[in-house]
Amino acid sequence: MTAVLEKIGLTRPQVAWRIAQEIDEGSYVNLGIGSPEMVANYVPTDREIVFHSENGILGMGEAPAPGQEDGNLINAGKKPVTLLPGGSYFSHTDSFVMIRGGHIDICVLGAYQVAENGDLANWATLDTSKPPGVGGAMDLAVGAKRIFVMMDHCTKTGKPKLMNKCTYPLTGSRVVRTVFTDLAVIDVTEDGFVVREITAGVSFEELQEKTDAVLTLSENWQTLAPPDV
Amino acid sequence: MSPPILFINRIDWLVVVDFAAIGYDLYLIDHLGLASYSTPMIDKSVNNISAAVADIQSGSVVLSSGFGDAGAPVDLLEALIETDAENLTIVSNNAGEGNYGLAALIAARKVSRVICSYPISAGSVVFQDCYQAGEITLEVVPQGTLSERMRAAGAGIGGFFTPTSAGTELGKSKECRKISGVEHVFEYPLKGDIALIRATRADRWGNIVYDKSARNFGPVMAMAATLTIVQVDEIVDLGKLNPELIITPGIFVDRVFVHNG
Repeated sequence: MTAVLEKIGLTRPQVAWRIAQEIDEGSYVNLGIGSPEMVANYVPTDREIVFHSENGILGMGEAPAPGQEDGNLINAGKKPVTLLPGGSYFSHTDSFVMIRGGHIDICVLGAYQVAENGDLANWATLDTSKPPGVGGAMDLAVGAKRIFVMMDHCTKTGKPKLMNKCTYPLTGSRVVRTVFTDLAVIDVTEDGFVVREITAGVSFEELQEKTDAVLTLSENWQTLAPPDV
Repeated sequence: MSPPILFINRIDWLVVVDFAAIGYDLYLIDHLGLASYSTPMIDKSVNNISAAVADIQSGSVVLSSGFGDAGAPVDLLEALIETDAENLTIVSNNAGEGNYGLAALIAARKVSRVICSYPISAGSVVFQDCYQAGEITLEVVPQGTLSERMRAAGAGIGGFFTPTSAGTELGKSKECRKISGVEHVFEYPLKGDIALIRATRADRWGNIVYDKSARNFGPVMAMAATLTIVQVDEIVDLGKLNPELIITPGIFVDRVFVHNG
């Protein structure tokens, strides 16, 4: 008989939902490839957000209906998208003016590790067997007004990903503003990680055990209990 | 037709010139081949793809547009396989997919070096195999830096400081400077001998219009190369492209070629 461990913590869609709530109306938002792309699905319907894609799109919409894909209209993850009214196309250089020049309000990125000073490691591990690649991550890291990280609190083998110091190669130094995990919402401050929300069913002590840096509980902390999405 | 008529008035000197007659004389010269007379015309269109790539030299730095498949000049890249050019350096956002375009060029052992921002994907098997075998070298450049280095080359800028990659593995060997309290690294321009670009429409002056997110690196690569070759769906009459909407003015373009099919 196998013991079934009940998974505590949010699902990825629920973390995406939580991040979407944090985005103000009128924000210009870039979503990194992978899980962060889900955030677009959960923007409240009464809020108008402009999504930016590094390959030269503003006003990116959702995926087209099957059969309606246009090979010339893809997102940073090379997946087909649509364009909303008000959207525009521009060159790659102009796209990175927007990114590096501080015009993007929020960028949501995945990560391997985040350090308590906001260092971000999300482009390479210590495994040198595959050729390295970085894409637009380093430009986004230094350019976006706010970097949100969307990631599991620990690796699949239970190792912490919120660290005192990153052990993986850095993407950017002191760039992360807020980390959204399956267990918590944590801000990076001058005093290190400050916990703003903890998932229902998880204690602060458990959270600290799974984190390789000192956590401070915010005075106004709240329970994180998103809807079933 | 009457010959030009000269009137000499006794009171005033008056010369009347019959322009129609002069035009007739030119017509005769042209059609009887009495002089090499023809209307000068800029025409950057090239009839066939082999002619488009014929004089690309071995060792060239080739800028190849495209973000994934969108805007990738697949036919131009594959046409290079039929030439003698080898030992090429390819500058592109990615390093090829499947067995077509850039992947086919790499598989044909024409490429010795790739400068790109994101070489790995599920489909970039050809590049990965060559890389593991040590047959191809890779320079990873952050995507925005790649774009801006080419812009600097096209713009005659000698170099620039960017915060991208400062404090990371990719920036550690570079000259650094703290500007307004932020660490920056120095980057040099990246110029191409050749640019291979995929676009939608052109005219005979080489003015270019792109399609949606297939535009991506096209405009900057057109500026940054000595010889710019553009593959398009159609070449329209001069004046048909709205001047307000031309994305790459023809000054940056040398050859345009219509893609068949």
